[in-house]
Formats: sequence, structure tokens, C-alpha cells
Amino acid sequence: MLKKISKIPFTDSPEQAAKLDAVIAECTGDVSMLMHVMQVAQDIYGYLPFEIQQKIADGMNVPLEKVYGVATFYAQFALAPKGKYAISVCLGTACYVKGAQEILDELSAQLGIEAEECTADGKYSLTACRCIGACGLAPVMTINDDVYGKITAADVKGILAKYE
Amino acid sequence: MYRSHVLVCGGTGCTSSNSQKIIETMEAEIKAKGLENEVQVIRTGCFGLCALGPIMIVYPEGCFYSEVKVEDVPEIVEEHLLKGRMVKRLLYKETVTPQKIKGLNDTDFYKKQKRVALRNCGVINPEDINEYIAYDGYQALAKCLTEYTPEQVIQIVKDSGLRGRGGGGFPTGLKWSFTAANKADQKYVVCNADEGDPGAFMDRSVLEGDPHCIIEAMTICGYATGATEGYIYVRAEYPIAVARLQIAINQAKDLGLLGKNIFDSGFDFDLHVKLGAGAFVCGEETALMTSIEGNRGEPRPRPPYPAVKGLFGKPTTENNVETFANIPTIIREGAEYFASMGTEKSKGTKVFALGGKIKNTGLVEIPMGTTLREIIEEIGGGIPNGKKFKAAQTGGPSGGCIPAHLMDTPIDYDNLTAIGCMMGSGGLIVMDEDNCMVDIAKFFLDFTVDESCGKCTPCRIGTKRLREMLDKITDGKATLEDLDKLEELCNYIKENSLCGLGQTAPNPVLATLKFFRDEYIAHVVDKKCPAGVCKKLLSYTIAEDKCKGCTACARKCPVGAISGAIKQPHTIDTTKCIKCGVCVDTCKFDAVIKK
Repeated sequence: MLKKISKIPFTDSPEQAAKLDAVIAECTGDVSMLMHVMQVAQDIYGYLPFEIQQKIADGMNVPLEKVYGVATFYAQFALAPKGKYAISVCLGTACYVKGAQEILDELSAQLGIEAEECTADGKYSLTACRCIGACGLAPVMTINDDVYGKITAADVKGILAKYE
Repeated sequence: MYRSHVLVCGGTGCTSSNSQKIIETMEAEIKAKGLENEVQVIRTGCFGLCALGPIMIVYPEGCFYSEVKVEDVPEIVEEHLLKGRMVKRLLYKETVTPQKIKGLNDTDFYKKQKRVALRNCGVINPEDINEYIAYDGYQALAKCLTEYTPEQVIQIVKDSGLRGRGGGGFPTGLKWSFTAANKADQKYVVCNADEGDPGAFMDRSVLEGDPHCIIEAMTICGYATGATEGYIYVRAEYPIAVARLQIAINQAKDLGLLGKNIFDSGFDFDLHVKLGAGAFVCGEETALMTSIEGNRGEPRPRPPYPAVKGLFGKPTTENNVETFANIPTIIREGAEYFASMGTEKSKGTKVFALGGKIKNTGLVEIPMGTTLREIIEEIGGGIPNGKKFKAAQTGGPSGGCIPAHLMDTPIDYDNLTAIGCMMGSGGLIVMDEDNCMVDIAKFFLDFTVDESCGKCTPCRIGTKRLREMLDKITDGKATLEDLDKLEELCNYIKENSLCGLGQTAPNPVLATLKFFRDEYIAHVVDKKCPAGVCKKLLSYTIAEDKCKGCTACARKCPVGAISGAIKQPHTIDTTKCIKCGVCVDTCKFDAVIKK
């Protein structure tokens, strides 16, 4: 899967750094915990910038290429920050046969960005995600933790209006 | 003692439509009415009828309320729980007859189902181990550890005829015996809960609704094969399942049902939960083990098989969630009970996730051998909006499709394989006349191109070339010769890929080519998409006799392709038209024709 790499400069806070240090200290020496550390890091920062990948590599005592390899292999890891409102459209089969592509196209048109992109003001990001298992509600889209089911392309504008 | 129990579905589907808020409101309302010592609210796992969520059942009456909204809660508390009058307008219509309320198990959706793997889903509170125990939980484990030798346990599983529910259909007892036969200082049990097949959500529902049955089954497997440690590899996209698994593991440890010296038998077993990170290939058993070890989840060549050299290089048994979910019942009720259900070579039941163009979307568990017609027309309630059934897709990106003329095939492993399809993990997506089969094949190829791990060439490059050939077809640029090339490449990828992902990736193309060749030919020869899906092959025209010249479409057209004077028939300039379809939606007189 092709990943977009962030060009936005990375900023770190002492609290965030301390949290990550603690997890690394807990797991260092056990390579099988690498993904766990990366998952926690993504929870802390929202994505995995190179600086953080380097820090994890050093802390876990593995080469950076291994961390980068894992980060690019799994869909969950993001190399670019998400928008304030992260929008995902489920493109699982059940959603697809019920018109999820049209919803994605409509979102794309409304926001002026393609899937896997973020608006210039950092407000919205758009992704096409894998089945989230809410097939009974197909087609489904999520904005942060809010789930919208059984929607049509015509509903998109109204839903976006809630997140202005 | 409570006089009433309110069960509210806390599965992902219903949680997405706000069931958590409903529970909170319910509890507050009950408290406000002073009923907190009389009525108990329980959050359960999935009931199966996701199409009608959020779902609520009130016992002892067994009232089935569907599509409940937060605003409805005060009325239910006031009318039903306080005054004893059911709220008729919210009852599931199927259960209402003029005389009385029908039980849930008498409705079309539930009547033909037989719940083994899902037996506790929607019945117990998954976050309370005591409820699981009250429903015979951990009895099977106790029986194994105190009455049976490991060899006897394996024999029972063999006799039951249980086969792997993750897709492959390999006999489970045989798999266990392979690991048991290998001597090693450490062995592992792995539960594959990396449910990546889009449209399948039975594993998630079992983990959310009955996590203890997986813990019990894995411990039994550990005892039978000589493993003392287990891993559950679950998708990170399933946060509710992960949370409940963790709760269940902690509770089992507290009661000594997991950990050291279980039931004073001297047998130790410990479990870990590992989160996946979104890679379809990790559903393949060797790739999953590579991922648990902290690497890119690439598959390993077999042999050596996991029973010899699996996780961390040690003998390992890996089974899917639904496979494990059957184990406690097999041990408790006996192999004969389980083998009495199903067909000659496929015993027991299978859970299917019904989705797509079907009325009752949701989760169903049926005995093997049930026909597709029974599933779709009786249990599923048929196709909505009076549309015609075209095909059912099974097995996800690795599977094929069953066309209308094969609807009476009894569904089991071997029958599906015989018609070029596969059981897969149990996603069953129904498609109607509005779905284009070439487009569906392209959809699955998109998925496999994206998810191919890149380790072997036939899969990495082959799937991409397949995808390009399908593009050529839906763009109207292909020739009949391309169809032969397409088939040839499919067979090449099937024969030469390293793991299951690549070996099965061409299946959606081959199956649609086999059953819907005419649709491919329409794209190639007539340059038409019969279902009206493939944009490049569509054209929009305005029927002169129907157009009133209201100008609505011309004003809405984003590229100004429509022209015409007021009250005169309009025309579409096909060179400008981008085929967005806005004009069709805008026209009140059905004058715009899509072909």
C-alpha cells in the first residue's frame, strides 16, 4: 500500500516523549513487542514521523529499516498526520455493493481532496478504510468516533455541516 | 432477584447506532422510577439481526424491540417496565400476530438457524464470567482435564468431523494430532482473529458476545496438544472485542481457570492478546505468526508446517475463532451430537454474515447443507425494492460467486469447491441486477493488489496486471482475445503464488468469467455495461417526448453539457458529459436515460 509521507515539521512535547520512553523501557529486549510500541506511539502522536521511528529503533535496539518496514506494511500505521476530523469511508464488500464509492466521491468533491489526503488547513482528512464490521449498517462512514450508517451521497453535505 | 431483564445488543453494529447511549438512558430512567432493584439492564453480544439495530429484548415476556432510539427509552420504561404494557409500535413486526406475540425463535429469521458457535451471543453478558459459567461454561475444560487424556480429547474432536472454519476446511482433530505428535520444550496455540475478509464479521461477534468460549477452547487445545501458552491475534479495528477479551482473560485468571495448575490437574496455560495492524495477508497462518513475532507479516513457505515449526520456531496449532467456538459444545455434548448436524463430509453448523442487497442483513448460523435459496429467501427475507437476485459472493477476495441457477446447491465445503467457489470465512454478499460482475471482480482485485505483501512475484505483479486488464475491459478497450489472456494469467497466478492470498486472488475473476461471461462479452464486444455501473461505457440522453424543458438539469449540470430553450426538449453534449448522473437525480419526469 502506498503511503503519503508528511512534509509538516514534527513537534514533540515532554509529556508525549515521557509516555513513549516508558513504553520503550517496558518492551526493550523483546522484538515481538515492536508493533505494540509502534501502536502506542501512534496513539500518542497520531502518526509515526521519522523522528519517532528513529527513537523506537534506537530504544528497541533494531535497525530503523525494520521499523520503517513494519510501518509501511500495515495499513494502521500512518506516516502523515490526520486532520482534526478524520473521515473514513468503509470500502468493504457489503458497503461497496451498496454505493460506498459514490459516498467517497462526494466527500472528495465536497472537501476538494482525494482519499488518503488532508485539507490544507489540517481540518479534514479522508481515507478509504477496510471493512469495520458494521455491515448491517452499510454503507458506513466514520468521522473520528462517530459512525454514520445507511447513508447516501446526498446525506454527505448535511453530515459535514456538523463538523464546521 | 430481578423481575425483569432488559437485554440490549452491544455488538459493533448496534453500538454504532448508539446502543451504549440507550443503555445509559435506560439505567437512568429505571433509577428515576425507583425500579433499580427490580429491573436489570444487560449489555449482550450480537443478536444477529443487525439490519434492525439497535435491538432490545425484555424478559420474561421475550418482547423484541427493534430500531430503538434514545428518545423511545422513557416510553419503554414508563409503559412496559412500570405499567406492564408492551410498546407495540417498537415491536419487531415479524413477532406480532393478531392474537399474541410470537417468540423470536418462531420468526423466519431465526426459525431455520441452529446456534452452536453463537449459542451465547445475545444471551449472556460477555463481561461477566459467572453468566458464562451459568450457561455450562468451563464444564468442557473441566471434563477434559479431569476425565480425558489428551489423546482422548483429540479423538473426540476427530470424531466430531469439525473442519477449519476460517476458509480452508482442514479437519481440526487431525491438525491437533500433528502438533501433539511433535516433541518440544515449548508449544503454542494461536487463535486467528484477524478477520480480514471484507463483509465477514462472525469472529468479531463471537469475541464480543462470548469471549470465554474462545479462552476455554484454546485451553482445551493446549491440553490436547501439549502447549502451555497461547496467543489471540485480533484486528485492532475491533476495539470492543479486544476490551472484552482482556476482561475475560483477567476474570478467568482470577478464578483459576487460566494460569497455573488449572482444576488442580497440574496443567498450566497462559494467554496473550496481540493486536494486528491492518494487513489482510496476516489471516494466512504463517504470515500471522511472522506478525506476532514483530515483523512485516509476510508468509513463510510450507513445509515446514506450523505443527513442526510455527510460532517462534516451535510446534504450533492455529485455528480460527469460529472453529474454537465449536469446541466446548463438542466436548460437552459429545462428538455424535455435533456430527448429527450437517452433511456427510461437512459436519455441524456454519455462521454466515449476510450483507449487501438483502433485507435482513446480519449474522446467521445454519446447519451445513442448507441451500442458498433458504438462506436468502427465507432467513434473509429476500432482495429489497423488488429487484432480481443476480449472485451471492462467498469467500471474499479469495472466493467466487454463486449465480441464480445454482441457488439450490446445499452449502458445504465440497459442494462449494465443486462449483468453483469456496466457503471462506463465511461472508455472504448478495448482489442484484444493479451490480456489474466485472466491476465486482475489479473491486476484489483492487483489494488484493493493495494487500499483496510483495514477497513473491506472481502475486505482486500478476494481480496488478490482472487489474489493468480488467480496467481495459471496463473502459471498453478490450478485445475477445484479452478474455483468454485474462484467464491464462489467472491460472498462472493460482499455480505459482507462495501463499493462500495469491493462490486464491484470481478466484473472483475466474468465477465471474465462468458464470457471467456474457456480461464480460457485453463490455468487450458491445461496449456496454448491462448493469449501468461502468462509467466509461455509459451514455446519458434525454428523451424528447418526456422532457418538459424545465431547465432543472441544465442548471445542475456541473460541466454545462446540457442545453436547450425553456419549455423545449433539452439535449446532452456527450463530449462534455462527465457521467456524474446529477441530471438523472434532478429530473422529475424521468426524461434522462442512462444506458
